[in-house]
Amino acid sequence: MTIAGVEKSRGTATLYDELGPVREELNKCMKCGNCMAVCPVYLTDKAEAGVARGKIAVAEAVLSGELDIVDPDVVAMLFNCLVCKSCMQNCPTKVNFDRIMLALRAAIVRKKGLHPLKNMIFSLLKQPKLFDAGMKVGAALQGLAFRDDPSKKAISPRSPFAFVGKNYGFDLHRSLPELAPTPFRDWVPEVVKVKDAKTRAAFFTGCSVNYFYPQVGEDVVEVFKENRVQINIPKDQQCCGIAVFVHGDVKTVRELARKNLDAVEKSGAEYLVTACGSCGGAWQHEYSELLGDDPVYGPKAAYWSARTYDISTFLTKVIDYRLPTGKVEAVVTYHDSCHLKKTMKVSQEPRQILMSIPGVKFKEMAKPDACCGSGGSYLLTHYDTSKEIAQRKVADINQTQADQVTTGCPACMMQLLDHVGRFGRGQKIAHYISLLAESYRREKSGGNGNVR
Amino acid sequence: MIDKTIIKELEEIVGPKNVLSRKVDLVTYSYDATSDMPKQAPDIVVLPTTTTEVQRIVNLAQEQGLAIYPRGAGTNLSGGTIPLKKGIVLSFQRMSTIIEVDPDNLTATVQPGVVIQELNNAVAPFGLIYPPDPGTVATATMGGSIAENSGGLRGLKYGVTKHYVMGMEVVLANGDKVRFGGKTVKNVTAYDFANLFVGSEGTLGIVTEITVKLIPSPKYRRSMMCLFKKLEDAGNTVTGIIKSQVIPATLEIMDKMTIETVENYTRIGLPTDVEALLLVEVDGMAEEVVEREAQAVAKVVKENCGELKLAGSDAERDQLWAARRAALPALAQLNPTVVLEDATVPRTRVTDMLLSCQKIAKKYDLKMGTFGHAGDGNLHPTILTDANNKEEMERVHKAVDEIFATALSFGGTLSGEHGIGMAKMRYLGDEIGESGLRMMRSVKEALDPHYLLNPGKMVPAKEA
Repeated sequence: MTIAGVEKSRGTATLYDELGPVREELNKCMKCGNCMAVCPVYLTDKAEAGVARGKIAVAEAVLSGELDIVDPDVVAMLFNCLVCKSCMQNCPTKVNFDRIMLALRAAIVRKKGLHPLKNMIFSLLKQPKLFDAGMKVGAALQGLAFRDDPSKKAISPRSPFAFVGKNYGFDLHRSLPELAPTPFRDWVPEVVKVKDAKTRAAFFTGCSVNYFYPQVGEDVVEVFKENRVQINIPKDQQCCGIAVFVHGDVKTVRELARKNLDAVEKSGAEYLVTACGSCGGAWQHEYSELLGDDPVYGPKAAYWSARTYDISTFLTKVIDYRLPTGKVEAVVTYHDSCHLKKTMKVSQEPRQILMSIPGVKFKEMAKPDACCGSGGSYLLTHYDTSKEIAQRKVADINQTQADQVTTGCPACMMQLLDHVGRFGRGQKIAHYISLLAESYRREKSGGNGNVR
Repeated sequence: MIDKTIIKELEEIVGPKNVLSRKVDLVTYSYDATSDMPKQAPDIVVLPTTTTEVQRIVNLAQEQGLAIYPRGAGTNLSGGTIPLKKGIVLSFQRMSTIIEVDPDNLTATVQPGVVIQELNNAVAPFGLIYPPDPGTVATATMGGSIAENSGGLRGLKYGVTKHYVMGMEVVLANGDKVRFGGKTVKNVTAYDFANLFVGSEGTLGIVTEITVKLIPSPKYRRSMMCLFKKLEDAGNTVTGIIKSQVIPATLEIMDKMTIETVENYTRIGLPTDVEALLLVEVDGMAEEVVEREAQAVAKVVKENCGELKLAGSDAERDQLWAARRAALPALAQLNPTVVLEDATVPRTRVTDMLLSCQKIAKKYDLKMGTFGHAGDGNLHPTILTDANNKEEMERVHKAVDEIFATALSFGGTLSGEHGIGMAKMRYLGDEIGESGLRMMRSVKEALDPHYLLNPGKMVPAKEA
């Protein structure tokens, strides 16, 4: 395998349309087993089938015809992976394991179609009005099945529902974020103008901010205003599509990618900013990879790939953000979201921002970039493994004595909310950007602004 | 295929969760980290968590005539865990408790599935280390490294795994459990069984508990890089350092091919206009002793026309070792197949061996980089090739034959730290002769007369 060979395959999207090219990636694996040191699933199950090396061996057996890719055992094994990319950080020969995993899942879908339930849910994503209506109905009805826990800004299952749901992790101790009564994009103006704007940026909110964490969206807007950046929140932006891509639904993610590219292009912004590692990663990498062969959208995807930043990078590297002066007394630790650190390569910037806030005492946890076990829908399909992974994470969090756990990804926030609730010491969960917004707000209110 | 009733019995012994019999799982135990080896899936994988379970599994296997392959993390480089004749893979990945750390006696007792690095993490708060450090410390298990008698970078001064094993519990092929050795520094009771089982590659018994020696962590260290325009000068420096009675903790060499590849891969800033470089680290408990040793090394380097660069900070030191650790992965990037050997020679023959490796590579027209633990004579000639290229693989096998013959002619050995396994079994007679092979078989057959433990490895069975 030559380096040139690797580059060539990276330029095309055929890996997700036919399985052949995946062999080149498989050949890079020496079976050294270094992935075992970091794979969250392996460290929980302690079986070779959990780890990248084992899955690569299975992929080789599929390509040689020894195993059938739609054999239910093979399918189950290939879906027992968080696609957290931890193995890739530890791989001496730089196997792009995420591409192998997603190519195999796409091949499963090509051969046997999507599971009917997945098909129903994913189709809904492509119809934003229907999806939005569904989420709103959910928000209105959630009080029936969940009770409000104002101390944690969370809801937990009520007892009859917990009885049914406990096998799926929906027991009485499960904490979930509340569905917002009104989604973020419904009430935020499409353009938030500022005086003497330095530049114009589009904010891709992602579904989690829109439906579960609108206050994070509000904090992003606050930070932009304080830094004189005009912000555009395109109304017709949709789900980034990563959640369906990891289930092998290449068709839907491509469709969503094209719609999102149109929406952001229309905004006329110079940059695209995200506050979620998975969404940002999609814009930086997956879109251009998936649309590489598309003569119209390929170049658009490449254009925006180079102009997409996590908000922390945007603040520290693109514009020179204004140092906050409002005091926020808190002992804070930071969890590196996998997609933020391992896909977008963002890890120092959020720490830099947190440490620039007066009153914040920063405490690093052991293994801050160990996966929290969320994996998007992995936590729904593999709740027990996910919980064990999170338990190790929370043990590291507890060691720091911090009273707030921050991260840069709403999916991690949800997972931490649940498991800090179970195994933690009442630490608050926050997006790191919320602390910066809080500090700016306190400047205006003379040091004791609206404490959240 | 294995009988359903046997699967059921195994499930009764260890619980259904600890028996893997689906094809998709079996495929993932058909290999280890060794390249150019045949793949073979086992009939079944069993993951015990107690010694009693191991005994019951062994008894069942004896009854049924099934082979057993004890396996840790499967990171060995000798094909030592591949279930060549099918049967049961006995994986210790879930038998992984640190039973005790005893800082007053400087010992630790562990189950075989404990990862080496985890043991080091557990003893670090007491200011102690467990010195054997194969490249795979973060993944390899204690049981696996004991079976393979692993070495590593610190072997020169601190020795290898066998120097740290004080006692163990072993389940024999007949199902008996035996314990020997323990926490005493001195122990001459009975045969030295610990040293019989260390390095036995799972062919004599199944290790279920291990007591190891710990040592105080060295407080001071000096790291340096030495550059040479001639390979001979580097080799002579190695001999010279030892001759001046300095034993560095680490004394590593990289040849030109390796240096260029590592630099290409990492952009660490290694000079590519040299023929060889040495990485040296001296350490100890007293600063002035460490300083004196560093100066002695510097003197030898100068006498041999080398250029010395001292690591001024921890960051610079880390960079030096990052370069060394990158050697194998960097070489592995160049070609699909990497054949890594570990022929070892007496230290005074390091220069001869390095030059011979270069000659062999040229003779068979192969891409070969050589690096390794020069201080203990343990070199890693690494051939870059492609297993799909039949013609080239023939040349590779001839070159490997010649590397081993050369090492033996210098009074060396086939393997310094990777073990014999199935990769080097056919060369065994060349080193220990027919009488040696007969003794191997006598020992093997005394403990495992039916060759059920890791068959096809290390001990060539008698011709039928």
